[in-house]
This record gives sequence, C-alpha cells and structure tokens, in this order.
Amino acid sequence: MSSFALSRRHMLAGLGAVGFVPSALAHTVSSSEAIFELHITRRSAQFGAVTGPIYCINGSFPGPTLRWKEGQEVTIHVVNHLDEPTSLHWHGIRLPADQDGVPGLSFAGIPAGGRFTYHFPVQQSGTYWYHSHSGGQEPNGLSGALIIEPAGEDPLPPSERDYVIFLSDWSDVPPADIISNLKMQSDYYTFRQRSVQSLPHESRVEGGLGHAFGDRLRWSQMRMAATDISDVSGVVYQYLLNGKRHQERWEGLFHPGERVKLRVINGSAMTLFDVRVSGLEMVVVEADGNPIEPVTVDEFRIGNGETYTVLVRPKEDKAYTVFAQSEDRTGFAAGTLAPRPSLQGPIPAMDPRPVRGMADMGMGSMGAMPAKGKMAGMMMGMDGMERPSSTLPAGEAEEIDDPGLPPLNVENQNIAQHPLDRTMSPGDGLEKTGRRVLSYSQLRARRPSPDPRPPSRELILHLTGNMERYIWGFNGRKFSESGPIRLRRNERVRFTIINDTMMEHPLHLHGLWGELENGQGEYRPFKHTIITQPGSITRSLITADAPGRWAYHCHLMYHMDTGMFRIVEVV
Amino acid sequence: MTQLLKMLPLLTILMGTAAQAEEPMGDMGSMEGMDMGDMSPKPSPKPASKRPKSEKTVPGSVHARKKHPARVVRKAVDAPMAAPMVTLGGVMPVMDQARWFHGILNEFEGRYQAGGKSSLRWDGDLWYGSDYNRLWVKSEGTMTKGKVHDGSHELLYSRAISSYFNLQTGVRLDIDSGPTRPWGTLAIEGLALYQFDVRLAGFVSGRGVAARLEGSYDILLTNRLILQPQVELNAYSQSDRRRGVGSGLSDIDTGLRLRYEIWRKVAPYVAVTYDSPLYKARRIARQQGEGAAQARFTFGIRSWF
Repeated sequence: MSSFALSRRHMLAGLGAVGFVPSALAHTVSSSEAIFELHITRRSAQFGAVTGPIYCINGSFPGPTLRWKEGQEVTIHVVNHLDEPTSLHWHGIRLPADQDGVPGLSFAGIPAGGRFTYHFPVQQSGTYWYHSHSGGQEPNGLSGALIIEPAGEDPLPPSERDYVIFLSDWSDVPPADIISNLKMQSDYYTFRQRSVQSLPHESRVEGGLGHAFGDRLRWSQMRMAATDISDVSGVVYQYLLNGKRHQERWEGLFHPGERVKLRVINGSAMTLFDVRVSGLEMVVVEADGNPIEPVTVDEFRIGNGETYTVLVRPKEDKAYTVFAQSEDRTGFAAGTLAPRPSLQGPIPAMDPRPVRGMADMGMGSMGAMPAKGKMAGMMMGMDGMERPSSTLPAGEAEEIDDPGLPPLNVENQNIAQHPLDRTMSPGDGLEKTGRRVLSYSQLRARRPSPDPRPPSRELILHLTGNMERYIWGFNGRKFSESGPIRLRRNERVRFTIINDTMMEHPLHLHGLWGELENGQGEYRPFKHTIITQPGSITRSLITADAPGRWAYHCHLMYHMDTGMFRIVEVV
Repeated sequence: MTQLLKMLPLLTILMGTAAQAEEPMGDMGSMEGMDMGDMSPKPSPKPASKRPKSEKTVPGSVHARKKHPARVVRKAVDAPMAAPMVTLGGVMPVMDQARWFHGILNEFEGRYQAGGKSSLRWDGDLWYGSDYNRLWVKSEGTMTKGKVHDGSHELLYSRAISSYFNLQTGVRLDIDSGPTRPWGTLAIEGLALYQFDVRLAGFVSGRGVAARLEGSYDILLTNRLILQPQVELNAYSQSDRRRGVGSGLSDIDTGLRLRYEIWRKVAPYVAVTYDSPLYKARRIARQQGEGAAQARFTFGIRSWF
C-alpha cells in the first residue's frame, strides 16, 4: 500500500497541507522494511509578486514528510530529473558514511538524469529532516521533514494532533548571485544599519549622544557593524512555514483542549528563527530528535538545521498564530492553529532587531553579564532545576589540541579575547523580551550519556571569518586550505568551539552525536546541530563510533559555501 | 621623490591592523575566567591578567592555570595536509575557491559650469578573480569640450595581504587627448581604520616617480541616502608641462556626493565637486591660459554589477 495514502492518521496530522502528492511512489513493504521512491524536479513558483525556481520532491514543496520506523531497513530510490547533479542528505541520521549523501565525501552525487538508491537501517527515532547537499538546491527548497516512529514506547508525551512546522527562507535571487553580491558588498542585504537618522534613538537607548557616538566609533574602528545580524534579510527573502507565506497562512486544526504536537524544523538557508505560539506556552519535549525533560517556555530560537518538538494546549475556541520571526526582524513566517478552517489569529508585532554588543565580539565581561544574571535568576525559578556546579562533569581530557589564537589575516578579522560560555543565554535579542525564552542550558536529556568515559582528547577549534571579504572558516582558514579532522574509531573527544566572529553559527556534525556540555551533568542533550553564539565558547562531547568521512559545517549555507566546512574523518 | 617619502608614515597609519596582526591581540592569561576549575554556568571573567609577563603559559590555552595541566599540544586539528585532498568523483563539497566578476562606476557624472566649461567625469574599476588573487582594471578621466584630460588607466594584479588590504601591482597608462605616458604601479588599497576606503599608489617611469592618494567615506544619513566625501591627490617628482603636471603636489579632485541607493547597484547622486591644479601645476595652468580652481555643481549615477 502507499504510505502516502490518505489514511485517517495522516489527515489528522495535517500532512496534506505540507503538500504531498498522491502519485508519490512510496511503499511500506513490511514493518521491517520500507521502500520510497523520490523524484526530484524543478519548477517555477510565485510567492506574492516574485517568481523564481523551486525544487520539488514528488511534486511537493517542501518535499513530502517521510515517515520511518525505528528498526526498519529503509530503501530510498532517488530519481534526478534535473539537468544538474543532486543529492539527498539525511540530517541527523546515524547511518553508514556512504549513505550520508554529501557529494565528494559520501558519494559522487546523483548525476543529471541519474538515480541513486540509499539503503540503511534506522537506528533512532524522533523528528529530523532531509535536504540536498548540492550547490544552491537546499536554499531553493530541496528539503523535507523526516519523522521516525520509535520501536518501543513513545518517549514523547501523547498528543491528539501532530503537525510539522517546516520553516524556510526562499528568494528569487539565485544563490550564486547572493554570494557574489556579498563578496562585493557584505552588507548588501542589510538596510537596518545605524545612520544619522537612527542617532537620536540610539542616544536615548545608550544614555546620551556621547555614548552613542562612542559605541559607533568602537565598532567603526573594528571595521564591523553592530547591526550585522543576518547576512541575507527579508529584503529578498520570503519566509515560509510549510512552504507558505504568512499571507497564504498554513493552517492546522484542533478541538479546544486538545494537545497539539508541533515538530518545528528550521530548513532555511540563512535565517535563525525565533518561534512562539501567541497566547500559548510551549512545552519543549524533544531537541534534534532526542527526547528531553519537558521545559515550559514562551519562545525559542531555532538555528538552521535544528529541530524542536513542542506541545501546546489551546483551550479556547479561537485561532492561535504560530509566529516565527527572523533573527534580524526583517520578516516572519506565520501559520495558524484554528478550531475551524479559515479562521485566522492576529499577527503579533515583531520585536526590535538585536544589536550586537561587546559580548558578541568576545569581550564578554562588558556586555553580557547583566543579561546572564537575569537569565540565571529566571532559571532558578523554573521547575526547581538546580544548576550543577560544573559544566565539565565528564572530566578533563588527557591531551588538548590547541591551535592557539587564530591569526588576524585575510580570512579572519577578529579574535574573541574573553569568550563566554553562553549556553545560559537564549541568544541576541531575546534576553529582554519579558518572555520565557529557551536557552541551551535548559536542555536536559532523559537518559544519561551511554558513554561515561572522559574525553581522551580535547580539540579546540576557532570559528573565524572576515565579514568584509565574506570569507568564513575555522582557525583562520577556509575549507580548501585545510585538512580533515582525524578521530580514532571509538575515541571519546571534546570539541571546544571558540566563536571569534560576531555572528551565530549553527554547526552541524554529520553522522555522530554531539553531547552539548550545558551544565546538565551526565544528562547532556544529544544534538546534531549546535548554535555557537557570537563571542562564545561551546563544548560538546563526541564518541567517534561511526567510521568514515563526515561533513562538519556551519549550516548557514553561504558561510558553508565560502569556507566554514571541515571533514571529520573517523579512522 | 620627497613627496613619496612623506607619504610613507601615512601608509603605516592607513594600514592600521596590518601592524596589529603581528602581535596577538590578547594575552590568553586573561582568559582565566575560562579556568576549568571554576567553570560554573555563571562565569564572571576576571579582568585582564596582571601576572608578570615572565610567567610562561602556552598562549591560547584555556587551561593555562590548571593545577595538573593536561598535555597541551600546539596544533590545529584541521591543519592542511601535505597531500591534496581527494574527494569522491572529484566533487568538492563546497565552492570556496570560486571566482567572481564585478565592475563599479563610482563616479559617472556631469560637472556643470556656466560658460561652456562643463565636464563629464568617470572613475571606475573592473575586477575578476578569487578571494586572494584578482585582476583589476581601473579607469578615470575627465572630458571637457570634447577633450579628455586626466585620463589614467591601470591594469593590475591584486593580492589580498591582510584583513582589509590588497597589494596591487601593474601598469598605468595615461591615455587621453594629451601625450601618452606609461608608468609602473605599486599600490595598496583597502579599508582603513574607521571604515575609510583608501588607496595609495606609487608610480615609476622614465619621468621620475608619482603618487596618488584616493579616499572616501560613507556617511549614512538613512540606509539609502548616503553622503560621501571623496578626495584624490596626485603628486609628481618632475613636471610634465605637456600634461599640465607640476612637480610636488600637482592636483586635487574632491567631491561631496549625496546618493540615493534605489537599489544597491543603482544610485543617482547630486554633488559639489572641486578640482584644481596645485602649486607648480597651477602656475603651469595659468601660463597655458587654463582656468584654475573650479567648484561645480555635479550630478551623476553610481552603479555596479
């Protein structure tokens, strides 16, 4: 039978709205094996006034939500109907390296007009996604949700409704042109810079014209901009929720009082989203596909490639708005949870755009502390959770591989002199909203790590970049000038990432789990994508239990494309 | 020549961080807030280290103050390999070695003056290349009454040498309605402290040496309305009367342009421009019956691709 058939469950889950096509050729052969056939095409689409190309899988944009079951063997036949090579990467999935779908590393890619068959056992459950790893295809929508049903008891709380919230950004400007424009003028898409016009406002905020000028001079001296939040903005982006603009508004139905599960996936190219459901608190129950101890929040930031599953319980007979504003506040995606079709809730106003401070420059002691103090106070009041005294419960490594400070060179323009552990912070622009916003330190795994070994090695890596030249990398080098990061098979290592840049970088490690050291003792959350905040130091533990060559990169597409990419080789 | 030498200190100032790059910006001892021992979730980084400089720690180590220090190995785990990277099918997973092609007309303007001495002025660049290596073409000139003067065209190889500066070398050809002059060029171009766009070029030929300083600064009135002061100064070691060039500081071309970026790549502007021969060149101009200082109302369009 076709697993895309309109079963009652699928209807309830509202997957139809994500846009599957009945002609999709996917078959569940048995409970232990599933076969899918995915056809990749490109067509023109219109979003409001702009028209441009989108990629479709089985005719659907975003691609169809794939449903697997833990313990199954899956076979996925991918047919490339394009005139260019393509690939599909299973984001967050543990599998043999040759099935990971990264051209050049896992395989040579799927040639134009060619086909490729993926085949691997499913060893995990939760909410994930899949996307192309070739050129500008993912930015133009070659991606979809992936939900894996657990083999045993569902670790997530039950819910009456289950919806995918797939966030993306789409532009009619070809990805190659966007990079080209950024190479010529890195603030090309930023129209919220400080100006003479904004001076009176800054002077009010900063307590006088002198202070406002002083701050400007400091940034100007560093040849950077405090208003540099997102490299590509709403000036050219359409922010989409399940493939729809807020004007068209995706809609999910509920009966008042029902529990609604929202599986939020950030499948965008260059946008971090801040997500909330207006008027409802959210219980975060899963992060990056792994169950966590429930945390009640009003809002969370989701980096590119991350997934969060939250539960909401709308009690009133009215429409609620799922609101996802871009980090730079130049636009938003929105959808509706409604008791009846065609009911729409009000759209909340966007917050003020964040302004980078000294903490973002890696001069942590100056800017971030008051906010951190406030957050700490907030934490204490939350679920009575105690803060462990050390973020390094797994102990210290015997060997530390330390490159030292990165050079200031063509490819790097800054050194974070006082990087801070910012896992306590919900992120720039979210610290003074008055809402309860999720921070990484609140993520607590449901089970302790199965690998209790202390790390044998600590690998220090600096995230570096030169915004002016639009070059990104690690340790002052881009990908093509660097070698692979070698790990021994089954080695337990700590990755210590110092972000010397003034932007967030959602770092995605293929094939291996990263256990984020966030102060939760042995209950470190397992993540495949970790936002490293500007000027921060972020640590995670990794057991190199899967051999092969794995990609490790910033999931901001144009940071990856301009060099923030490495190979992690497990030998 | 002396003019050139005088400009050397200026070069050092403009280069700014090129010098800073030599010395690490921070003693990593000052990262003691990162000490493993008190890595509480609320670290309060202590002020910069006051330890005597003689106390050696491994710079860059965040573990410098531990009681039983781990073995710190100074290495970048992603250091480049001796052998070239081999990828499956020769496919590179990212295209960080791409090449780009852009051109900009910074000035394309009419300078209006009553009495038929209005001029058309252009100043633009073209470049093609990668992050490090680029081929540049620069061209500028002024046309008055059908005659082109100040025509200067350069073909350059440009190499990125620091975060913000490029070193350029190549040839300059002064081609216009006057006699043609070839020069060899060595220039430094980039973004100076406080975000000034600058270029300092030195030229050499059988007629001695010359130097040119160009600078501009963008003042954002709003995010689309931008006021840009700009200046260009030329100096020569020897006079060249046929080209109206005088030894010493020879001419200035400056403007205050107010542009509106309809979109990034197209911005019409209005401006006040002033150009004048200076010192000896001014005397030459007077002897040749040319006018001297001219402040003119100007309108134009800045565009790039």
